[in-house]
Amino acid sequence: MPENSNHMTDQPVNVEKIKQILDANNGARIRTWLNICARCGLCAESCFFYLAKDKDPKLSPAYKFKTTLGEMYKKKGNVDREFLEKCYEIVWGECTTCKRCSMYCPFGIDIATMISTARTVCWSQGIFPEGLARTLTNYRKTGNQMGTSEEDFVETCEWMAEEFEDEVKGITIPIDKPGVKYMYTVNPREPVYYPQDLGMAAQIFTVAGEDWTMPSSGWDCTNLPMFAGDRALAGKVVNNMYKKALELGVEKILITECGHAYRSAAFEGPYLAGYADGKPPVEIVHSVQLLYEYLRDGRISIDPDKRIEEPVTYQDPCNVSRNGGLWEEGRKIVEYLAKDFRDMSPNREHNHCCGGGGGFIPMGSEFKSRRMVSGKVKAEQIKATGAKIVITPCHNCFDQITDLNEEYELGVKVASLKELICEEMIIPDHLKPE
Amino acid sequence: MNEFYEILTGPGLWIAFIIFIGGLVLRLTYLFALSREKDRVFYNHVSLSWGLRSIGHWLLPLGSASLRKQPVFGLVFYVFHVCLLGVPIFLCAHNVLWDEAFGISLWSMPDKWADVLTVVFMGTVIFLFIRRLARPEVRILTSFWDYILLVLTLLPFLTGFLAYHQWGPYEIVLILHIFSAEILLIIIPFSKLGHVILFFFTRAFIGFEMGGRRKARAW
Repeated sequence: MPENSNHMTDQPVNVEKIKQILDANNGARIRTWLNICARCGLCAESCFFYLAKDKDPKLSPAYKFKTTLGEMYKKKGNVDREFLEKCYEIVWGECTTCKRCSMYCPFGIDIATMISTARTVCWSQGIFPEGLARTLTNYRKTGNQMGTSEEDFVETCEWMAEEFEDEVKGITIPIDKPGVKYMYTVNPREPVYYPQDLGMAAQIFTVAGEDWTMPSSGWDCTNLPMFAGDRALAGKVVNNMYKKALELGVEKILITECGHAYRSAAFEGPYLAGYADGKPPVEIVHSVQLLYEYLRDGRISIDPDKRIEEPVTYQDPCNVSRNGGLWEEGRKIVEYLAKDFRDMSPNREHNHCCGGGGGFIPMGSEFKSRRMVSGKVKAEQIKATGAKIVITPCHNCFDQITDLNEEYELGVKVASLKELICEEMIIPDHLKPE
Repeated sequence: MNEFYEILTGPGLWIAFIIFIGGLVLRLTYLFALSREKDRVFYNHVSLSWGLRSIGHWLLPLGSASLRKQPVFGLVFYVFHVCLLGVPIFLCAHNVLWDEAFGISLWSMPDKWADVLTVVFMGTVIFLFIRRLARPEVRILTSFWDYILLVLTLLPFLTGFLAYHQWGPYEIVLILHIFSAEILLIIIPFSKLGHVILFFFTRAFIGFEMGGRRKARAW
């Protein structure tokens, strides 16, 4: 198993290993998909990489799977490093596995799944992005992508609970409390770079009177090995979380405002972790769902005077909306928060990926210029709404749109749902600090 | 000439139909067995309504967002398929043959309709051929085999049309008509044309996967 990305070296390709991976994946679906693609080209226009780069035919989804996984099967795994390097450019540099094309293919060919399989083949030969490689080492050592120790994490939670006492009386961040309703899991960038995110979540849960806890381990719900192609590690990572939830006997796992974490925990994770029935052992709930329920049920109320006057738009994260089914809930939250909501077009499950998904943001500076080129579609969508605030419940969308904002001079502010809810919600009297 | 005709309409026809149906059955059986082992995901999230809607929307003219983006192609593509299936099945001359051979026949359309639909069909084939050449994103995917398949699909119609109007050497044209149709039937199970049946399974799967699991409409 490669410890680090070393795709600059000239090691010979381990054809046996590649064959093994291809065989393991050579089921009825992949065989059928590779065989019946009618080469109609309809998928091209569904892909933002293609649209952003003057309709370069090499960026059509069908071309991408044909020249990567398709070639691998055609050559029965007998490929060389040069070929895999070319695949590297395609499977990481030209696809975010957003799954939009599968909805535009007459046969519903799931191209993202095939690109992911091609990623696994490349990864097995040590060919994968440096940015992801670094996180894999961290996951292996500490169970989270940023290498945060359990002590540091727990201390950060305690610190945030103290900090936010000024906002809400009696706020706490319970750690490892057994039997609660929700075990809240986050993206490590929250404790590491934006600890106030933890405080804001605690503030919302306290006001809503939620029965919740943070786990001391298995709190990282992200799953970058899933995007790096390291399926074994991806399974371990998601299992850390499942196991912790089972150990604590919680009712549900709550996922922070992160897109791919939801895809991992609720949809792909069970398969990666070896649950043959495809169901997670504990129910998975995304923040968008819970925050919507709080507002709907009046567990949280928005101060009407604080509702945003400026035009806002909502960025559907691929893995929350199309791949998570929560596009209506997201919109309803926005309508509670803002007076002038302007939807992008296309939207909901037909949204375009922002260009930051599929591992792109953590893939780092090597891929930034491509992100900016492919993000043109999203930048234009945002511009067309005339919105001044872009709300998105996903860290990758947040970072990508922040970068696009600068690159395309959009003049917008990017915000998470938590942040806006905390700014606008009414703190009940009994929770107001003296 | 007569011998050829006898062979093609006798054992030739049997062989073609046996390979066509047998091939599809074998392919499906093989894929089914394989899927039980390697594609649990297909069975884990079965949702009848999402599966049927996923199939149904793509059977309707412009029933999908994707085809609505290219409405001209979408309609041509639809007419192409309707004629491809409809004309041979409901052609009067074919029904007479089936009646003779198996004692069963279906409703037959007036010859005039069949004639018009055949011309329309040939027009759609030419459109699809030109589209393959003209659109860069289609051309880049297209292999020589894709053009061959399109021509093979055209041949039975072209020859049938010529034979009906008795243009050209009738006997040769008729033999070519039967022969090309038999070749096409034989190729279907073993090529991308297998989508005649596999379409329903791949579409059902994406319906389960996007709709059943995520409420996202894959059309």
